[in-house]
Amino acid sequence: MQLTNRSKQVSNKEMTLAERAYLPAIAQGMAITLKHFFKKKVTIQYPEVKRYLGPVFRGRHILKRDDQGRERCTACGLCAVACPAEAIQMVAAEREKGEEHLYREEKYAAVYEVNMLRCIFCGLCEEACPKQAVYLRHDEMVPVFVERDQVIWGKDMLVEDMNNRYKREAWTKEEARQLDEKKARGEVSNVEPRAIP
Amino acid sequence: MELTEFIIKAIIILVIFGLTLLIAMYSTYGERKVAAFIQDRIGPNRAGPFGMLQPLADAGKMFFKEDFIPAQANKWLFIAGPALAMLTALMASAVIPFGDTIRYDGVEVAVQAVEANIGILYIFGVVSLGVYGIMVGGWASNNKFSLLGAIRAASQNISYEIAMGMAIVAILMMTGSLSLRAIVEQQHGGNWNIWYQPLGFIIFITCAFAECNRTPFDLPECETELVGGYHTEYSSMKLGFYLFAEYINMFISSAVISALYFGGYNYPGMDWVYTQLTGAFGEVAGHNAATLIGTAVFFGKALFFVFFYMWVRWTLPRFRYDQLMNLGWKGLIPLAILNIIITGTGVLFLEPYFSALLK
Repeated sequence: MQLTNRSKQVSNKEMTLAERAYLPAIAQGMAITLKHFFKKKVTIQYPEVKRYLGPVFRGRHILKRDDQGRERCTACGLCAVACPAEAIQMVAAEREKGEEHLYREEKYAAVYEVNMLRCIFCGLCEEACPKQAVYLRHDEMVPVFVERDQVIWGKDMLVEDMNNRYKREAWTKEEARQLDEKKARGEVSNVEPRAIP
Repeated sequence: MELTEFIIKAIIILVIFGLTLLIAMYSTYGERKVAAFIQDRIGPNRAGPFGMLQPLADAGKMFFKEDFIPAQANKWLFIAGPALAMLTALMASAVIPFGDTIRYDGVEVAVQAVEANIGILYIFGVVSLGVYGIMVGGWASNNKFSLLGAIRAASQNISYEIAMGMAIVAILMMTGSLSLRAIVEQQHGGNWNIWYQPLGFIIFITCAFAECNRTPFDLPECETELVGGYHTEYSSMKLGFYLFAEYINMFISSAVISALYFGGYNYPGMDWVYTQLTGAFGEVAGHNAATLIGTAVFFGKALFFVFFYMWVRWTLPRFRYDQLMNLGWKGLIPLAILNIIITGTGVLFLEPYFSALLK
């Protein structure tokens, strides 16, 4: 069976003088390394330039609001149940009179915490959510933390900012490139710099 | 008169010494950059612009590491090892003619630390002392791997020194002098020894690789077989000195290669440049300017060979020990003897015809 057509038959024949002298082979090898010396480098300068990871990348969590700016989460707890790492904790509360512009339904999450050390970014919470409230962003990762109290993210970090809404733009590489160009022109501001391979 | 000569000489010696150290320092940076470029990477670029401060960061790291001496090691020899390696590496640059002469106040001083009429013998002596640093260090470590590395280094250097010496004998037969300055002066213009001694050059450069313990002959520090080789037990700046000595040796042997085979500070068209410069700046200043250009050319050649060392390192895999010995004893030494015979024939029988042709 032949998997590729690159396999070479090994032979035990006598080496020719050029092969035994070894110098032509060295020259050949040096030419190859010199060619690589002038090749374009594949390195992406990471903290300054980030690679586009695709529209389905699972980064940090976000708690979405609806179009009127009300929190979608009803603290049903399905995400916490679905979570294999038990990273999500929440406390439910009842909506009072006059809070209709804050919460969409009668019940809401007074506390919603994600432990970013436990989270494995599997996306099961996203799938479990019946209200399309929790999402894993495709464009932002959880930043490096140096203190223990930075690990548990509360609602202050998770709930969406209405002035800078999260949209899952750029479903293809071409769209991502267009977005980058827009960013270069200054039309969009919430997209991080990245290199598209 | 005496004093001016002394001061100019002192400055030249200090500059050569400093430049040798500086070049060795930036060779470590260059090595990492060349390695990265050959492997399609970028290499160190965070410390300073283009990573230019990387050698300083490396040296700082080395200095601040724990300086550990194993309990069963021979303490004095353990310290003497890297000191010897460093000392012998730095001594060799004394007789290399880096340039022509500098004129000042009626005095003519050669751009060379010491003008010795046995320059090439001196270099040989010092370079063969260099193996003592490795041997003493590896032996004093009281570690089997270190000792094996040291033994490999010693036997390798002894084997390759013979072929190296014989390659130089052919040069000496042509030039008739042991002085490096005389050898360089005979290669005036583009009349380099490489055109007469291509085989000798290949033998010499192969042996130079082996003498510097560079890939493909870096068996003394072969990680897969000997942990770290002769410097397994070394840490901190003692290790740093070993690694640094290797880079100094690289530069020195590159300088010797360019002096012996590539005309040293000579370059094609140097007479034209000399007349132009003396015409433009006067006899003394023009002469000095021409000397400086020659020195720059010399350093350019030497640095090219330093690059060549790195280029080869990232191209060729390491030889097996029996292959190394086969190449040295069965390959290079017979070739070197053949080269001597060919050169002797050429000098005796062909030279009269050639000189007649040239006239």
